[in-house]
Amino acid sequence: MARVELKQITKSFGSFKAVHESDVLFEEGSFTTLLGPSGCGKTTILRMVSGLESPTSGDIMIGGKRINDVPIHKRNLGLVFQNYALFPHRTIAENIAFGLKYRGVSKADAAQKVKDALEIVRLPGVEDRYPSQLSGGQQQRIAMARAIVIEPDVLLLDEPLSALDANLREDMRVELKAIQHRIGVTSIFVTHDQSEALAMSDRIIVMSAGRIEQVGAPEEVYNNPASEFVANFLGASNIVAVDVKGRGADDVTLEVPHFGAVTLHANRAVNLGDAAKGKLVIRAEKLHLSDGAAPEGAVSTKGVVEAVDYQGQLARYFVRIGDVQFQAMNMIDGAPFAQGAEVSVVLNPDDCSVLANEA
Amino acid sequence: MNAWAFIRFYTILVYTFMFAPIIVVLILAFNASQFGGFPIEGFSLRWFGELFQNEAIMRAFRTSFILGLMTALVATTIGILAALALVRYQFRGKDWITTFLISPVLVPETVLAVGLLIFLRWLHMPRSFGLLLLGHSIIALPFVVLVVQARLVGIRREYEEAARSLGASPVQTFFAVTFPLLMPAIFAGALFAFTISFDNITATIFWRPSGMETVPTQIFGMLRHSVSPEINALGFVMICITVGVPLLAGGLARYFSRKKV
Repeated sequence: MARVELKQITKSFGSFKAVHESDVLFEEGSFTTLLGPSGCGKTTILRMVSGLESPTSGDIMIGGKRINDVPIHKRNLGLVFQNYALFPHRTIAENIAFGLKYRGVSKADAAQKVKDALEIVRLPGVEDRYPSQLSGGQQQRIAMARAIVIEPDVLLLDEPLSALDANLREDMRVELKAIQHRIGVTSIFVTHDQSEALAMSDRIIVMSAGRIEQVGAPEEVYNNPASEFVANFLGASNIVAVDVKGRGADDVTLEVPHFGAVTLHANRAVNLGDAAKGKLVIRAEKLHLSDGAAPEGAVSTKGVVEAVDYQGQLARYFVRIGDVQFQAMNMIDGAPFAQGAEVSVVLNPDDCSVLANEA
Repeated sequence: MNAWAFIRFYTILVYTFMFAPIIVVLILAFNASQFGGFPIEGFSLRWFGELFQNEAIMRAFRTSFILGLMTALVATTIGILAALALVRYQFRGKDWITTFLISPVLVPETVLAVGLLIFLRWLHMPRSFGLLLLGHSIIALPFVVLVVQARLVGIRREYEEAARSLGASPVQTFFAVTFPLLMPAIFAGALFAFTISFDNITATIFWRPSGMETVPTQIFGMLRHSVSPEINALGFVMICITVGVPLLAGGLARYFSRKKV
């Protein structure tokens, strides 16, 4: 186990800069997610830590030692791939024991370690089968077992759940997190799936176009996005241009079109700075629709439902307020609102955050 | 007569034209008569007996067999390395090298044969078994490269990356992961190389040192005098080897692949 540090790291492929100067710290024993759309540089960072790519400039430190020039097979890392990459010509036991062979572990010890590893991933007794005889979820557990049995300093997970179907993926992410927690290894997880990132991470690093947009705990990144990109990438958000009307000791008052004055707690406005104009981020699921009048004292306005995206226990409404369309994600209470329904739209200031106007 | 019946008739004609001579050889190999021809005068294995008694033919067999095996070894080894370089690495002039490796298939064999001879004369080297081996390897190489390359493209790089991350050096990774996964293609490529060498005649005539005969050149030499029944028997054996070996190998490959994956 070790902490991983990237110092002023960059990576270029020809004239394309995949990763711009970045400093990243992965704390010892933590589970950190690199989150972003495809092509944002998250996989490139993972591959640089693993040694499959070498950085164009900057240093990679594992456990305080610079390892830029250490080849991958001497780095002692566990690597888990999206498509499992189990060796199809070897049995499960041989797959898991693969890394032990190069570490001079005796046959008897190796057999015991394989057994223990299968115990950890809760799939005992499959030693003599071949990978093709297991389901996708089982294969990914074996891939985990193979990566952790060598007691790696760092565990690198490259979209390990993306090849699984939706139900299994949600079970596996709980499982994966539990395994990581049990062995306590420093883990770096790459995904484009925001719900995986929120569910599993101690810390999330949001990336876009080769740059780090925000680093923080899941709640922090979700509730206080540092940029419009982060706000949109982590769930659906409505972003509204607002004027700053006044600042109190620990609050900020904004003038929101159609809704009127809204007062936010100062800790929701850390990204506003002292700008005079800002952007209010309203999460789609924090905008409540109701058919009656809004409760006394609530910040609200009137709107018309333009489209309904029915999702079972949830519905996503597209609501027109004045000349702007808002998204609202609400639990369905009884029947969903119909298209064309006139509704009150209620906004809870505690659930919003505000960004400085970048333009 | 409608068009389909005509096509069927025509197809049968084409295949008859192609296979009738071969079938004639196969049948006449068992003819008891001294003079090859129909009608057949009785069933006999006499000519096969004579074949194995014939010292020149047996020598030619040994030469062809050893040459075929060594061609397979050389062409497969170089072919694997070339395919690895072409598929797994990026370097300047890759397209040119690919074309160059494949070119022996495109160049007429006579041109290739004469070219290699002129080159050796320029180097003041006599014709030898080594030249024959070199030449056959050049002719067989494209097939090996193409077969191995096709398979290698299908082997995801993650397997090798996984092996490396677990502590295997590049060479260990090759022998533990890449090589076993490539095995069917290597096997097929080696077989191609063997058969190509075993029944090559055009280039072999140019390259063989005087006094050395392979099976095809031996048959060719014997035909200059007369069509002896022995040649029919030899033809039968050749057909069995060149058709039988790949069939057998294909069957084995399918058997092993079914067993494991």
